[in-house]
Amino acid sequence: MTSALSVFTVLAVSAGTFFFVAGTVGLLRFPDTLTRLHALTKADNVGLGLVVFGLLPLVQWPFGALKLISVWLLVQLSGSIIAQLIAVVVRQEEP
Amino acid sequence: MISFLIGAACLVLAATAMGLLRILHGPADADRMMAAQLLGTGGVAALLLLAAAGESPATVDVALMLALLAAFASVAFVTSWSRSQGKTPPAMDP
Repeated sequence: MTSALSVFTVLAVSAGTFFFVAGTVGLLRFPDTLTRLHALTKADNVGLGLVVFGLLPLVQWPFGALKLISVWLLVQLSGSIIAQLIAVVVRQEEP
Repeated sequence: MISFLIGAACLVLAATAMGLLRILHGPADADRMMAAQLLGTGGVAALLLLAAAGESPATVDVALMLALLAAFASVAFVTSWSRSQGKTPPAMDP
């Protein structure tokens, strides 16, 4: 692997890890449930997306890469739907 | 590169484990479910990092399964909450 791809992997995985840490801090520190949901979805979408993006040069082309992308797409799809459903629960619990 | 990937996986796992404090404190059930959701996503990220570090492609399948189960857990939470309120589960229409 060339060093440019290594630098890309390190940068993208570091950024993804940062988003996970930021999402956790938001989940712990934000004042109410809806803002916590906002922090959680950022960690879900951007954090995992950047980690997968950074790992793409390391895996076997094309099937390993396609599998990584499909994992990310599944988490993206389910995460966005679940965020909507949890927001419905939160809105109906506090009138 | 391998030690960097393992370190990143440990950092993600430590962050999501800190998020479990939200399960302890609550206050709402939705907060607890959100922490479980973060654990699912963080577990997927850590497993993908470990799969790349150990060059074991089978671990990606474990991550796929964890993503599926985390989605089912949250859907079960919303469905059981709706049942307890005597409502039908929320439809996605406005």
